[in-house]
Amino acid sequence: MKMATVLATKGPGVFTTTAAAPLTDAVRRLAANNIGALIVLDSHGLPEGILSERDVVRALAAGNAFAGTVGDLMTSPITVGGPNDDVESVLRTMTARHFRHLPIVEDGRLAGMVTIADLVHAQLNEALGAVHTLETQLMGS
Amino acid sequence: MAASRPPAHPLRVAIVGAGPAAFFAAESLLRQETVPVEVDMFDRLPTPYGLVRHGVAPDHQRIKAVTRSFAQVAEHPHFRFFGNVEFGRDITLDDLRTHFHQVLFATGAQTDRRMGIPGEDLRGSHPATAFVAWYNGHPDFRDHVFDLSQEHVVVVGVGNVALDVARILCLSPAELRATDIPAYAVDALSNSRVREVHLLGRRGPAQAAFTNPELKELGGLADADVVLRPDEADLDPLSAAALQQSGDRALARRVELLRDYACRPPTGKPRRLVFRFLVAPVELLDDGFGAVAGVRVVRNRLVQADTGTLSAEPTGDFETIEAGLVFRSVGYRGVPLPGVPFHDRWGVILNRVGRVLDQSTDDPIPGEYVSGWIKRGPSGVVGTNKPDSVETVAAMFEDAALGLTFQPAEPARDAIPTLLCRRNVEYFTFDDWLRLDALECAAGAAAGCPRVKFTSVSDMRAALQSSEAQSAAG
Repeated sequence: MKMATVLATKGPGVFTTTAAAPLTDAVRRLAANNIGALIVLDSHGLPEGILSERDVVRALAAGNAFAGTVGDLMTSPITVGGPNDDVESVLRTMTARHFRHLPIVEDGRLAGMVTIADLVHAQLNEALGAVHTLETQLMGS
Repeated sequence: MAASRPPAHPLRVAIVGAGPAAFFAAESLLRQETVPVEVDMFDRLPTPYGLVRHGVAPDHQRIKAVTRSFAQVAEHPHFRFFGNVEFGRDITLDDLRTHFHQVLFATGAQTDRRMGIPGEDLRGSHPATAFVAWYNGHPDFRDHVFDLSQEHVVVVGVGNVALDVARILCLSPAELRATDIPAYAVDALSNSRVREVHLLGRRGPAQAAFTNPELKELGGLADADVVLRPDEADLDPLSAAALQQSGDRALARRVELLRDYACRPPTGKPRRLVFRFLVAPVELLDDGFGAVAGVRVVRNRLVQADTGTLSAEPTGDFETIEAGLVFRSVGYRGVPLPGVPFHDRWGVILNRVGRVLDQSTDDPIPGEYVSGWIKRGPSGVVGTNKPDSVETVAAMFEDAALGLTFQPAEPARDAIPTLLCRRNVEYFTFDDWLRLDALECAAGAAAGCPRVKFTSVSDMRAALQSSEAQSAAG
């Protein structure tokens, strides 16, 4: 299955920020939108990092205040995918390397973002679909 | 749009399309007992079932068994089918807004993806989708002509559709006659001079999209040997490592099946079905008269991206494969619908979990939904549309409960037949289809095959009129 299949039903909207943005604003946006991450875009509008709830928890554990910018806390660089990526390969990579968010770039522009939950959901539906098709063939109805 | 009171019952839903996604959605809508729903299904063809009728190969009858459950859905008293009604021409989005609370677009992917290489439009170069529709008796394709006097054929792609095309080209006349393939196609294929069919895969055997049953059945063809170079059957180190890591047994079996084919010596059958991996077409060559003479391909190697995907990278090695007939089988593609936002690059109606999105605001458009291939792109098998449609219908019920629907001025049930009659649209009902189905199966029983399909709308109309006259007389 290609990433494009997952993207098609996700919609192109991505919550983004920049490295210069104040951390307090970023954290407020995570809470207000009930999301796990903001993609950090560079001056060309391309992903250069990610600010996720994990980064926030790390800062809290270290006793750091949120006085600085997104750039102070974000994880960078970030793995970026494309519409032609194989979902199976990407899932294995995300699991092995412990990251949950993958921004998708197409034609030099941010085209969307998928989470590990999106990929698992898509694979599950594909498996359910295959079972249904095989059952129909075996049972004749 | 401000939420208002839920619409007065029943919930009137229009479904555009009548393939698996449409029927799975109708089933989800009608098989619950909480909300009364009325479903009107529209299709531009007089016959329902979409690609199950016109896409699934004629020798794969068991896959078509899913239509029995669709016929059961159609028996529901609140289900109606209007065949031979084209969205955009006979009924518009404005009509649907006037007469329904919600519309679900399940129009699939009606056209093909192009390769984007020079020579693609030479005579003798065709989309596989057209060939599939032709040998399945689709009324819009029955008059297509394919030059089956050519000995060498190239099929670009290694998905199940590519395998279907190659297999149909290699079936013996006896094997063909046992299927529901129309007589005109049996004649053309029985007289074909095709000797060699090359299937080209851009990546390696482990990345090919075909599935094991389809691969295995090629070994049983009466008239064709499957040929594969041993070096092209072997996995490169990256694919071998990925296979081992994944523990994917179906993939391991696929690789083993291909290795078996590579080791099998040819038995001298009249045709050869040749798999080529790690090659991509760069140009279709002109014979000097505007027809295809061959395919220039580049050999690929696999490289691993940061995401883990193994993708194809061209080497500097080229090769020419002689062929006078080329089928591109690199995917189906959706077609835009009038008045509905369409993502041209991806060939889908942009949506979030089945709710159609306004492309400028990224917000859902109340009352508009998608399921199936027009929603997620042309991937998966028949059954994959079931969880897809269930998901969309859940969103439809959520929104209906909040009153986020069209506000139809004339939701009465008889408004649609009245409108169609006023516009002189000669629609076919589901009962009409059941009669045509019975006639096709009866003709098939007489001929020793599953059915003899009607392949034109006028033939269907004539058959219905004649059978009506017979019933009236008898």
